[in-house]
Amino acid sequence: MTSRSRYLLRRLWQSLVTIALVVAVNFALLHLAPGDVVDVLAGEAGSADPEAQAALRASLGLDKPIWTQFAIYVGKLLSFDMGVSLQSQQSVAELIFDRLPATLLLMLPSLAIAFLVGVGLGTWSAMRVNSFVDALISVLALTAYAMPLFWLGLMLIVLFTLQLGILPGGGMGTIGVEMSMFEAALDLLRHMVLPVLTLSLFYMAVYTRLMRASMLEVASMSFVRTARAKGLGEGRVIWRHIVRNALLPVVTMLGLHIGAILGGAVVVEAVFTWPGLGSLAFEAVFRRDNTVLLGLLFFCSLVVVIVNLAVDLLYTRLDPRVDLGGNR
Amino acid sequence: MNGAGFWKRFIRHRSGLIGLVFLVALVLAALFGPILHPVDPMQMMGRPFQWPGANSRFPLGTDNLGRDVLSGLIQGARVSLIVGFCAALSTIAIGITVGAAAGAGSKWVDDVLMRITEVFQTMPNFLFAIVLVAILRPSLPVVVLAIAAVSWPAVARIVRAQVLSLKERDFIAGCRMIGMSRWRIVTGQLLPNCISPVIVLASMLVATAILTEAALSFLSLSDMNVVTWGRMIGNGRGSLREAWFLTAIPGAAILLTVLSLNLIGEAVNDALNPRMREA
Repeated sequence: MTSRSRYLLRRLWQSLVTIALVVAVNFALLHLAPGDVVDVLAGEAGSADPEAQAALRASLGLDKPIWTQFAIYVGKLLSFDMGVSLQSQQSVAELIFDRLPATLLLMLPSLAIAFLVGVGLGTWSAMRVNSFVDALISVLALTAYAMPLFWLGLMLIVLFTLQLGILPGGGMGTIGVEMSMFEAALDLLRHMVLPVLTLSLFYMAVYTRLMRASMLEVASMSFVRTARAKGLGEGRVIWRHIVRNALLPVVTMLGLHIGAILGGAVVVEAVFTWPGLGSLAFEAVFRRDNTVLLGLLFFCSLVVVIVNLAVDLLYTRLDPRVDLGGNR
Repeated sequence: MNGAGFWKRFIRHRSGLIGLVFLVALVLAALFGPILHPVDPMQMMGRPFQWPGANSRFPLGTDNLGRDVLSGLIQGARVSLIVGFCAALSTIAIGITVGAAAGAGSKWVDDVLMRITEVFQTMPNFLFAIVLVAILRPSLPVVVLAIAAVSWPAVARIVRAQVLSLKERDFIAGCRMIGMSRWRIVTGQLLPNCISPVIVLASMLVATAILTEAALSFLSLSDMNVVTWGRMIGNGRGSLREAWFLTAIPGAAILLTVLSLNLIGEAVNDALNPRMREA
């Protein structure tokens, strides 16, 4: 076996173990909750006939020993059956796939904008280190980094929706208006501006700070001095030598953020009533719908594992120095 | 480490000093505020929706139920600071224990602990915190626990890496040679030498904890019997049009607190690693 396929197999095995452990945590949480599904249903119905409850428990398999229940739970997850929402009686998988596109529509542009602008600002800041521009960018990044996202969203609503009245402050589209395809797309874009701005400001702050620090670190390395010593122009040194190497940690961070993309927008979606996975989580909290919450946690963790795996494999192609036989 | 030298370098860092001054003022306000301004933040005290400055009895105005905003802000400061510090302490405690055990233990122990750490890092942080608080029922200890549960892996990884690199040094080999027990080497020699990266992380951990607590209580996932900054914002959300100050004021308090903590963190970092400053 080549070292690459050995590496691939090991990473695959590790990912499977991680997913299995996530499932175990999910199951434990489901059973940590005070009272079971039947109690919740009885509480909602306002009555509890012990015999009917026992019958319901038996039909749901809740009277079986815990290990049997765990085996059943794992079996269901393997066929992507994450249970049924207690509130809407819809399957959790269906609910999640209904909401998935909205969250992606919000997160992908936010991360893309944040990455481009963040790398730009970080580079600019590092090139003029200790200047006024550098100080200004650093202060802005620090402030954006310290802001609660939901508060920033609400303040943007106050300014752009309530005071100036130029941008919609909630939902994904204007309801009850006949629109052509083009008008509908424009309407969607207008609804995207504020939530995307809110999210991208935060990620932008992260990338700006990281890029600046990374640039400064790379700039002090000896290969940069060598490049200057052999007479390369300053522009070439900065772009070809420093920026390219300084990008590595920023790209790694971007990979982590892409992995966590689905869980990243909970509060912002709640603020802008954006009908994505975050709003689904928010509604599930309010309705005490633990099945939906745990389904979301499982699904989002699965995405993290898959994206991490993909990023790792990508790295082995991009960077020949990555240690394939390595220690974890 | 030389204590006086550390302070000299810290104070030279003006922004860190500003952060420290603000944080000390906040702690004092949280401690003595209720004595200087004895108003119950949960009770209706006057006409609702009075703007800041409109009535000298309510310097920061009243909310939609006529409750005093200033006393809410003071109680919110108490909750934020207590939750922030408790969560950071628990995070560090769990992280150091797991990290030290993984770094100093056998290969097998290390493998198992690192697998567990990875699982906790895999689950999206805020979503996991939401699930924990929702399932265990909202209360301040549960909020602290949830924050610690999602933040410890970073500390564990740093401590483990530090222990692994220190383990190979000569002075540890020396300790082993004179027959020191593994427990004494870990607690007496390895851990004290891992402390400085953890200290650098500490104020960032408090800051993140305060932000997470605010977001949780904004989603009503917090103790309903105390006023928190996050819930003040959630409450003000309903009257953004007529009284946006109800949302703006507690949010600004969070922003300034978190900013100060981050500034302190940077200053501590620079003071502990003076070499980095020259870059």
